[in-house]
Amino acid sequence: MSESQEKKDNRIKSVKRMKEIMTNYYIEAKTAAQNNKKVAWITSGGPVEPLLVMDVIPVYPENHGAMIGASKMGVDLCQKAEEMGYCRDLCSYARSDIAAAPINGGPIGGLPKPDFLVCCNNICGTVLKWYEVQARYFNVPLFIFDTPFCHSEMTKEARDYVGAQILEYISFLEEHCGKKFDYDKASQVGKLSVAGQRLWQAVLDTAMHKPAPMSAFDAFFHLALIVTLRGTQIVVDYYTELLNEMKERIAHGISAIPNEKYRLLWDNLPVWYKTKWLSDTFASHDACLVADTYTTAWCRQLDYLDENDFLKSMIEGYTAIYLNISVEQMAKAVIGMIDKYDVDGLVMHSNRSCKPYSLGQYDIQRIVQKERGIPSLIIEADMVDERNFSEAQVLTRIEAFMEIIKDKKR
Amino acid sequence: MDILKKFEIGNPYEYVASLKKATGKPVLAYMCSYTPEEIIYAAGLHPFRIFGQVEAISKADAHLQAYSCSLVRGALEDALQGKLSFVDGAVFPHTCDSIQRLSDIWRLNAGMKHHFDVVWAVKLNTQSARKYMHDVLVRFVSELEQSFVVKITDEKLKHAITTYNEIRSLLKTIWQLKSDNKSALTGSQMNALIKAAMIMDRDEVVANLRALIPSIQLSPKKETRKRIMLIGGICNHPDIYDYIESGGGVVVWDDLCTGSRYFEGAIATDEDPLTAIANRYYERNLCPAKHRDYYTRAETIKAMIKEHNVQGAIFLYLKFCDPHSFDYPYLKEALDEVGVPSMLVELEQQLPSEGQMKTRLEAFIDMI
Ligand code: SF4
Ligand code: SF4
Repeated sequence: MSESQEKKDNRIKSVKRMKEIMTNYYIEAKTAAQNNKKVAWITSGGPVEPLLVMDVIPVYPENHGAMIGASKMGVDLCQKAEEMGYCRDLCSYARSDIAAAPINGGPIGGLPKPDFLVCCNNICGTVLKWYEVQARYFNVPLFIFDTPFCHSEMTKEARDYVGAQILEYISFLEEHCGKKFDYDKASQVGKLSVAGQRLWQAVLDTAMHKPAPMSAFDAFFHLALIVTLRGTQIVVDYYTELLNEMKERIAHGISAIPNEKYRLLWDNLPVWYKTKWLSDTFASHDACLVADTYTTAWCRQLDYLDENDFLKSMIEGYTAIYLNISVEQMAKAVIGMIDKYDVDGLVMHSNRSCKPYSLGQYDIQRIVQKERGIPSLIIEADMVDERNFSEAQVLTRIEAFMEIIKDKKR
Repeated sequence: MDILKKFEIGNPYEYVASLKKATGKPVLAYMCSYTPEEIIYAAGLHPFRIFGQVEAISKADAHLQAYSCSLVRGALEDALQGKLSFVDGAVFPHTCDSIQRLSDIWRLNAGMKHHFDVVWAVKLNTQSARKYMHDVLVRFVSELEQSFVVKITDEKLKHAITTYNEIRSLLKTIWQLKSDNKSALTGSQMNALIKAAMIMDRDEVVANLRALIPSIQLSPKKETRKRIMLIGGICNHPDIYDYIESGGGVVVWDDLCTGSRYFEGAIATDEDPLTAIANRYYERNLCPAKHRDYYTRAETIKAMIKEHNVQGAIFLYLKFCDPHSFDYPYLKEALDEVGVPSMLVELEQQLPSEGQMKTRLEAFIDMI
């Protein structure tokens, strides 16, 4: 087999199906108005299930941001946002989405207009400001699902507060959709959501196998479904298929990279415009990024979710999520992943755009060093704004880091 | 105006350290005007605000990326350099993402005996949020009581409310005198006053402010300088006021944490004290890290402009401050609509060179 053939066979076949699903999803979302369906924009960590109960199509500006980044349209849109007065230091998802709205910019010609917005601040304070901007721009109602930060644990008063908001959220939806909330349907959607998350976790877990059948870069790609279509049968079917493919790959000894010798863990959002380059660069050192803290964020809630009482379990399920917990708890999660996936090193993306994810990384790095003694690398970048990425610098750092990893394993 | 000298505290850390020595009161540091100081005061502790002193950051760089604001970095630097060794604990109210993470990093590294998080609501427009704010205070009270073995009685809370209401209304009177051209104070003196009010012994603050007012009052004079308003977070650069004044302007009002956001909003005295305190934080003029409506801040600022005849506005932001930067385009637009010119000044740890700063401000004031 020639090398290119070999590479081709390495590819994950489900990718094609995934692309179809996403295309259909966006077509449906963009034609929603014609089909008398409502569209809500919602944050990636937001409680989407109630929207599905109400037949509202959820649209994710953050997924839009990721697409903009991956199609390398970020710099242009970020600059446009700066012309609008948004400072260059703001989150590049927010900047590119805000700039795309008035001109239908970006790879899919803009997102469908929202009928209302749902913003959950469990990921950051940025989304609050970003959604305020869009609420003013589109002049539509905004529901804020306020999830108090858990510095140590979720307090009783926070539970009461979030619990009350679930009811407020439901009334908001009833008002703006003009129909009653169907609690039976809610329990079905809840079950599907939990099932989807379990499958997604199972897919990610296949990377525990050595060599890993998929890498974090594959996970970044396949993530889109658990984010955008969580709570539907489509997700369950697709991840079942994907899981089977992964199992088959393991059975046939097909791995994500041709010659996996070193296993690494990725922290933070992807560098969307450089995923291929990063993947290839690490692969050239026989290193595979087998897991990441980002894509697992959509199944970490499983510890709290109860498929038999989904609405109530949303309280903790949506509050105690990865970015809404303390640095110590995050470090613990990272160490858990280091052990689980048996990795040799940690690669942290210090992402200028995302402060809740990035501030505290230095301390996490120290804690990991102390507890597990594995080498770590910090890459200074940004998920969408390419101006904050220096390929030469990053390459030098990766090379130095891989030397350390190799030395340790020798 | 000898009384003004009493507000000259020199180095705040030395001041608070010696205050602690003299009174034996434990000291709690904080960094944001959403800190419920009243409760700290009622607990018999001394609350004081850290503005971050150090010029060059070295130790904090090991914990915070360069893209966090200078307030957050500067405060951590001071703590890591041991400049806050006299402090018994720190209080972190929930505001922005940076403060939130700073709380974690502080707890891990600052080596302080006590640490408190006051995780306020972010949306301040529902009954459930109002109730939650109250419950958060109940927790804070009990944490303070346990940590310092004190009892925070209703009596003490009521006394704290009276004290803080008085501090706030005195400061407001002083700001109003300035707006009415009836004050002998300069902008930088006013900036020093309000910062002192967050650092000095609060009973002394009340006594000194009371004594100060008569001595600064002048009969209204004809003012030809342009009437300027400052909008932003904190201002720890008193020089800016001097530059504005020498450039032909005068600061007549502000929407700053070291200004009206600190003193606006009295606490009700006819209801349960904790409820009343929580309500003040729920209702007070909005900081951009909190939500009420999408137009509240612009409306508040426009009302201030009208009331104080503001002719030009200067946005004073710390670099890397997300909440303020997100509000800038829409606030600027709101100002444009009412015909008030504005300029944006992004502050870093240090001010740009005096000449450069003066020229920019002068050019702006000339244009008004
Ligand atoms: S700041 Fe971080 S969590 Fe928030 S929208 Fe941007 S990338 Fe997402
Ligand atoms: S200045 Fe801005 S970023 Fe800094 S602590 Fe204040 S609100 Fe947060």
